[in-house]
Amino acid sequence: MKKISLLMVFALIATVLVVGCGGGGDQAAAPAQQADSAPAAAPGPAATGSGTIEGNAKYINGDPDAVIGMDADPVCASLHPGEVHTEKVVIDDDGNLANVFVYVKSGLEGKSFPVPGTAHMLDQMGCQYKPHVSGVQVGQKLVVRNSDPTLHNVHARPKSNKEFNQGQPFQGMELEHTFDKAEVMVPFKCDVHPWMSSYMAVLEHPFFGVSSEQGSFGIENLPAGDYVLEAWHEEFGTQTVEVTIVDGDTAVVSFDFSPGATASAG
Amino acid sequence: MSSDTPFLQGIHRLAVLLAGYVVLLITAGGLVKSLEAGLSVPDWPLSYGMLNPPRWWQIENVRAEHGHRLIAGTVLLLTLALVIWIVRREPRKWVRGVALVAFAAVLAQAALGGITVLFFLPTAISVSHAGLAQLFLGFLVVLAVVTSRRWVSGESARNLAGPVGRIASLATATTVVIYLQILLGAVMRHTGAGLAIPDFPLAFGGLIPPRLDFAIGIHFAHRVGALIAATLVFWLLGRVLRYASLERVVVIPTWLLAVMVLVQGTLGGLVVLTGKAVLPNTLHVGNGALLLALSLVVTLWARRLDWVAHQQGDVAEVEVFGTRRLERAVS
Ligand SMILES: [Cu+2]
Repeated sequence: MKKISLLMVFALIATVLVVGCGGGGDQAAAPAQQADSAPAAAPGPAATGSGTIEGNAKYINGDPDAVIGMDADPVCASLHPGEVHTEKVVIDDDGNLANVFVYVKSGLEGKSFPVPGTAHMLDQMGCQYKPHVSGVQVGQKLVVRNSDPTLHNVHARPKSNKEFNQGQPFQGMELEHTFDKAEVMVPFKCDVHPWMSSYMAVLEHPFFGVSSEQGSFGIENLPAGDYVLEAWHEEFGTQTVEVTIVDGDTAVVSFDFSPGATASAG
Repeated sequence: MSSDTPFLQGIHRLAVLLAGYVVLLITAGGLVKSLEAGLSVPDWPLSYGMLNPPRWWQIENVRAEHGHRLIAGTVLLLTLALVIWIVRREPRKWVRGVALVAFAAVLAQAALGGITVLFFLPTAISVSHAGLAQLFLGFLVVLAVVTSRRWVSGESARNLAGPVGRIASLATATTVVIYLQILLGAVMRHTGAGLAIPDFPLAFGGLIPPRLDFAIGIHFAHRVGALIAATLVFWLLGRVLRYASLERVVVIPTWLLAVMVLVQGTLGGLVVLTGKAVLPNTLHVGNGALLLALSLVVTLWARRLDWVAHQQGDVAEVEVFGTRRLERAVS
């Protein structure tokens, strides 16, 4: 008798909490706002120029990306009939290395850049983060979306910015966040699916790019000047190179993460 | 006093059930840590804003974390029921006190569990959560033992065999050492030092690690603690067995303790040798809780028998055919 009434009280409190919390937070199940999954392009003409950086990242003779299993969540496993890889070291047959984050590390001090009006989208699709590596500007809206018919927790683990961990139990859910400090990198993880990881750079400016599956990257609309360019890879660390940008010209750089190799600019 | 104490069978059974359930709960908590699933349910006290998140039983990490919460919720309700029952029916004031302390402990424990999730598993909170869990189990073991028929009957030791007082002291020391050893293990787990010494049973190929930092130090301390705890357990077993006719309430849990201490060492070795495989890692935590409970049972009964013996008058240790026995002094 006593136990039954206690259970009812507990259930009642829980119900109130569910109803109370249901609409709260900045979590929304509503369909997407305008969100742009491409790295943010330079917005206004203010602190931009017409210089361009093009380049390529390599990792020659490396081990191929390890295969992972998603059996810990049958829904995730069912979304991948074929092999799934860690996405840590993504190389093609020629050793072109994807997911290298390239950005202007120094040379832009004292300049300010408008915050893009478009949101940056981090999607959870097939129980993987898309994109695996990306960048966002300080103050720019970040939308994290759950496109999977399973639940995820979105756990950002920055050092300078504020850590957060939010659940997305249902497909189509989105959460919004803005980072208020520059930081390379902010790791994202899902504690439900231990293989899920993403890295997001937070920068004061829009001059960054991520190498494609062909290993190529580009940065546009740079003002003329001397810069230090850094390339970051989650397994291989960082490399830097100095470049001089002239208006209207294209500087070509390459980063080689193979053992013993280095960066070069030409 | 004791002969006036009624035997309350329902309370005793609930306390025994609950103590066993808490060993299961601690094992489930060990599973959460072994899977690193502590943050797989990011909110608290609800799970993904709900009482039960969708498909929680199909997804390994959510099953572990949410399952841990469900078992914990059940333990909380059962503890509340037990405490209310004891407060209403139990005549011994100190037993009512232990019950209330147990209830406070389970509330604090739930709060620590919530705080550690909401603050992304700070080491101090997670270790406190692990340490308080074992204290809570200890309170329940006390309640289970002191509400038993044998305990409340005040019945004398059938054969006043053995220096029970010395057995009680040794058992007390063993219990304290096992608890400290569990705390060391918790610090090691929650600072990620479980593989700081990568080989077993040796340490970096030698008896003593060639260098010490925090991780290697805490890991090595846990191994040394294991040796001390095992030594005490077998010393206790030896002492108990020397007095062959000692009460079963002491002999049986001591035997179990000795066997499970060997199991525990094996599991600990397997944790290292398998690179922290989830199964041995989890069972090592659950079995640690069982060791503490068994050691506490031995301690309580040894103390009880000692107390009863002293209530019955002077006792003397005599030797009969090479077996030492305690016999009531002829007055
Ligand atoms: Cu996930």
